[in-house]
Amino acid sequence: MTAVVADRTPARAPRISGLRLSVVHFRYGFLETIRVPMAVLGTMLFPGLALLFFVVPQRVVAGDPVAAAAATAQLAVFAVMSTSVFTYGIGVAEDRAQPFDPYLRTLPSGPWPRMAGRVLNGTVWSLLGLVPPILIAAFLTEASVTWGQFLAGVLLAMVSGVPFLLIGLTIGYLMSSKAAVAVAQVVVFPLAFAGGLFLPPESFPGWLDTLSTYLPSRAARDLVVSAVTGDALPATALPVLAAWTVLFAVVTAYAYRRDEGRRFH
Amino acid sequence: MSDIPILVDHVTRRFGATVALDDVSLSVAPGQLVGLLGPNGAGKTTLLSLVEGLRRPDSGTVRLFGRDPRDAVARVRLGTTPQETGLPASLKVREVVEFVGAHYPHPIPTAELLDTFGLTALAGRQTGGMSGGEKRRLAVALAVVGRPDLVLLDEPTTGLDVDARRILWDTLRAFHAAGTTVVVTSHYLEEIEALAERVVVVDHGHVLADAPLPQILGRVALRRVTLALEAPAAVVDLPGVVRRETDTSGRHVLLTPDADAVVRELVRRDVAFRDLEVRTATLEEAFLALTREVAA
Repeated sequence: MTAVVADRTPARAPRISGLRLSVVHFRYGFLETIRVPMAVLGTMLFPGLALLFFVVPQRVVAGDPVAAAAATAQLAVFAVMSTSVFTYGIGVAEDRAQPFDPYLRTLPSGPWPRMAGRVLNGTVWSLLGLVPPILIAAFLTEASVTWGQFLAGVLLAMVSGVPFLLIGLTIGYLMSSKAAVAVAQVVVFPLAFAGGLFLPPESFPGWLDTLSTYLPSRAARDLVVSAVTGDALPATALPVLAAWTVLFAVVTAYAYRRDEGRRFH
Repeated sequence: MSDIPILVDHVTRRFGATVALDDVSLSVAPGQLVGLLGPNGAGKTTLLSLVEGLRRPDSGTVRLFGRDPRDAVARVRLGTTPQETGLPASLKVREVVEFVGAHYPHPIPTAELLDTFGLTALAGRQTGGMSGGEKRRLAVALAVVGRPDLVLLDEPTTGLDVDARRILWDTLRAFHAAGTTVVVTSHYLEEIEALAERVVVVDHGHVLADAPLPQILGRVALRRVTLALEAPAAVVDLPGVVRRETDTSGRHVLLTPDADAVVRELVRRDVAFRDLEVRTATLEEAFLALTREVAA
């Protein structure tokens, strides 16, 4: 006791830098996630299993270097999308329900290090989610890409995950944790089907293909598939992805402020 | 930088139609050990949330060491406790301490802090597996990990057993003795009595009293004298009665700091009473008496 209280520091350094705090938040956020592995394991394994059960047995696809790479790219987009919507949506909603959240706001730090730590954590889990489908594609299919195509594919899968990150944050800031789980599922699976992440859009009826063009999942898929196969990128992909990103950046900002206003005004 | 830990100046704060704080002014000087006493819903937690920078006043100003508490820099010298139910369940005790300590320039080394609070044996345990008392100790340890100059504790010993409460009180006294300013809220008079030197009584968003502990005890530690009377007029001008009312069965209730004197006076006046009953007034009853004092 005396040791603790006698050792007071009269001269005070300024507060800790935001960068250092972001790393701190990332580290403990990651630890929290990994200690409850079921929360992320299901999301992480699903794309790999889908590849294993639905693509690997179809020799027409799995045996074709380009078709196999495209199928893997689709599921990679799905991996990033579902990890983003689930980890941000459910994670934020759950944190908001915890009394530890307001406590953290009494510490000498603004809200940004926490957000940065959260995004870093989500990014790492998205990257980890890419590992199973990539390994399965590499060892169990004939998928063949150059190193340049591979790196571009991974990078674009992550970048095109930004609108899904924002959709996740919107769900997290608008909803209770129970509602967030349900809504995240309702959002992810239809977006995945209609965006051509499970079945290629070439197999869609005309009306669905048209509708699909305007979805962020389809735009992300087109971007990543064209990067790994060398196919021409449809002109719609980038504008559609940008529009969803801007739209949900605005909606996220609204949801965040609304939550702030309710809890911390 | 100002060295006045807390300055609250004409602060009003509403939640919808409810006025949680109504034109409250309060300042806490360095090194004071202040008890914030009031029933649940009195406005204590709202007052703390303003000082912690969690909420904004509707009008008036709040200063933490001379700065706006919503500015993170102001909070470097502040320590607060999370609710023990809110600790991240999957993190270990050591990790929670390191996580919170990382926000401060000169945190107390984790091993030293855990030792102080008797948590060394639990360092590797996830907080979800701790008992209520252990969580409470960890919560208070978190309040001091950054070597704060001001510690705010909201109902710190609620749900603690007698031993744990004693340990916590001793810890707080030691911090106070080392110069830390401490503000403790409670709706238990016993807790405030054991800790505070200065007591601020809050109810319905108003500061009802702000005085040294012995003075407050004299006003809040009341006796409740109940008796049936033939002639109620006989008790109207009794000295030392701060509140007088009738209960549901028509008996008269007198609140007084000195029940002996009141009974002696009744006997001296030869008042015809029966069913005399004397017990300690609850804090709520004492608050009602104080509210009337203020209104009068």
